[in-house]
Amino acid sequence: MKSHLLSLAAAVAATTIAATAAFAQERVVHVYNWSDYIDESVLADFTKETGIKVVYDVFDNNDIVETKLLAGGSGYDVVVPTGPFLARQIQAGVFQKLDKSKLPNLSNMWPLVTERLAKYDPGNEYAVNYMWGTTGIGYNVAKVKAALGDVPVDSWDIIFKPENAEKLKSCGINILDASDETFAIAMNYIGKDPDSKETADLEAGGEVYQKIRPFVRTFNASAYIDELANGDSCISIGWSGDVLQAKTRAEEANNGVEVEFVIPKEGTYMWFDNLAIPADAKNVAEAHEFINYMMKPEVIAKSSNYVQYANGNLASQQFLDKEVLENPAVYPPEDVVKKLFTISPYGPREQRVLNRVWTQIKTGS
Amino acid sequence: MASASATSAHPSAHRSHMARWLVVAVPYLWLLLFFVAPFLIIFKISLSDTAIAMPPYTPVFKGFDAFGDFASKLDLENYLFLTSDPLYIKAYLSSLRIALISTFLLLLIGYPMALAMARAPNSLRPTLVMLVILPFWTSFLIRVYAWIGILKPDGLLTLLLQAIGFMGPDDQVQIFRTDIAVFIGMVYSYLPFMVLPLYAALEKMDATLLEAASDLGCPPWKAFWKITFPLSLPGVIAGSMICFIPITGEFVIPDLLGGADTLMIGKTLWTEFFGNRDWPLASAVAVILLILLVVPIAIFQNQQKRVV
Repeated sequence: MKSHLLSLAAAVAATTIAATAAFAQERVVHVYNWSDYIDESVLADFTKETGIKVVYDVFDNNDIVETKLLAGGSGYDVVVPTGPFLARQIQAGVFQKLDKSKLPNLSNMWPLVTERLAKYDPGNEYAVNYMWGTTGIGYNVAKVKAALGDVPVDSWDIIFKPENAEKLKSCGINILDASDETFAIAMNYIGKDPDSKETADLEAGGEVYQKIRPFVRTFNASAYIDELANGDSCISIGWSGDVLQAKTRAEEANNGVEVEFVIPKEGTYMWFDNLAIPADAKNVAEAHEFINYMMKPEVIAKSSNYVQYANGNLASQQFLDKEVLENPAVYPPEDVVKKLFTISPYGPREQRVLNRVWTQIKTGS
Repeated sequence: MASASATSAHPSAHRSHMARWLVVAVPYLWLLLFFVAPFLIIFKISLSDTAIAMPPYTPVFKGFDAFGDFASKLDLENYLFLTSDPLYIKAYLSSLRIALISTFLLLLIGYPMALAMARAPNSLRPTLVMLVILPFWTSFLIRVYAWIGILKPDGLLTLLLQAIGFMGPDDQVQIFRTDIAVFIGMVYSYLPFMVLPLYAALEKMDATLLEAASDLGCPPWKAFWKITFPLSLPGVIAGSMICFIPITGEFVIPDLLGGADTLMIGKTLWTEFFGNRDWPLASAVAVILLILLVVPIAIFQNQQKRVV
């Protein structure tokens, strides 16, 4: 028995050594990105071109990413946090500075987006933009018309006015479960600074949701895509590309559901998802190669065409499908862009106030 | 020969003493490694403050030289905060309420099942036990997801009720994302944990006691209350504790099946840990939850001792 165990142990040791040796030869990059956020053929192309294997993992929530990164040893080489999260994570020392000599494709980037991104990453030292979008209203054209009559859907009033919400209750209202964005939007709606961190302003923003709470069915940030697409819900605060994916899914299913996305005229939140390398990443060279590859105009255009989100790569626009580039919901015209705002990260105390009010709203207490 | 055995007597007694000590030490070592050590870490974090850093709290233990400075930065602020905000008390009470109702429902459904299994012919019992364990062959998460498919407004339950004419074609079952869906999920998921201890207790019962009761003119329902139920009490308590304790801290079922207004401490803890990135407060919530559950665990322990 003992000798069996010994030989077993030896065999295990041998395979471990062999595996480590193979591992050392095989170049690999561990990527952690949002779900439904890439044309997967891009990954295969990257491996074909560079010989670097991509281990691709997905999330649907910034909080989970941040918790993994703050705990340390996440094992990822490239992650894709959103602006305010990126800013706080840089402050916490989660990321390493990019070696720009290894990123020649930086010249393709869009100065307008890079500039706005500098709010979160001063000097653009730690991150490059992957894609960006807006948080607006996704709705089922026929059902909203049936509930509200022939009114234009172009304002937050559609969802935030209690008399409208009451009429929409029976066909299903979803509120995006992303407290920092939803509060900024509500504060902007009632004429306050969307970036305010004052308790009184946050509570006033919360009031907007308290008033319509009895009519809201769900609070989620991923299931609403399917619910809009198959007609389970009729209106949702949602991310631009998600709603457009719902629209595409409904068209593909040919189920008679017509989904549209609108950026309300009062303006809304503009967000940026960005590629960054954790300080404790093991495959730093491969991470840089991956990021550089994602900045190739035709590569990022392929993904944008697929997921219907705008990207921060100016040179890629010539490779975009016309229906993506010319869709005001994806690439809003200049006068709309002016009304889009960004928000800075919340401090720990402010975050607690915010989520406390948000929990009260969600639990209806 | 005799002298040899005489000299060896003492060491062998010593060795058996050692062995006994080792056997006793194993569970304590287990407890130390997997309960006391993690608990102390969590307890320490609960006395810290949040920080924008890796890890996101301060102070971090850096060795015994700076221990005085380290210890002076710990305080009970997070526990005071928990008492100052009614949200946490509401969440604890709501969790206990859901756990109590679920446990009661489990007992109501599990007891007849266990009794039927214990009274089934000997040859059938192993099959019945296996059928109770069978759901474990599929992932817990997938089984809860399956309930979404059944309970959602245009789900299988609605289709079934419409097909048998119990509901009009435009009516839909409005159970999904309510407390009722949470109870269904809890009862479904924890039923085996209730049935197995009950079955173990009932199966051991001496059937001749019931025969004697019947011979002496005791009606079956009275025999059940006077004989069967009291004798199965250890199983009732074991099953109830094994279900009640994890249900109180359950997160997955209320998150997937419950509505936004289903308030449970597991969800509150999730928000503190992930949403607010407040590890210290989340740790304080967890420590209080543990203290709340120590009471039923102590009852369980005490009861187990009496059985042995």
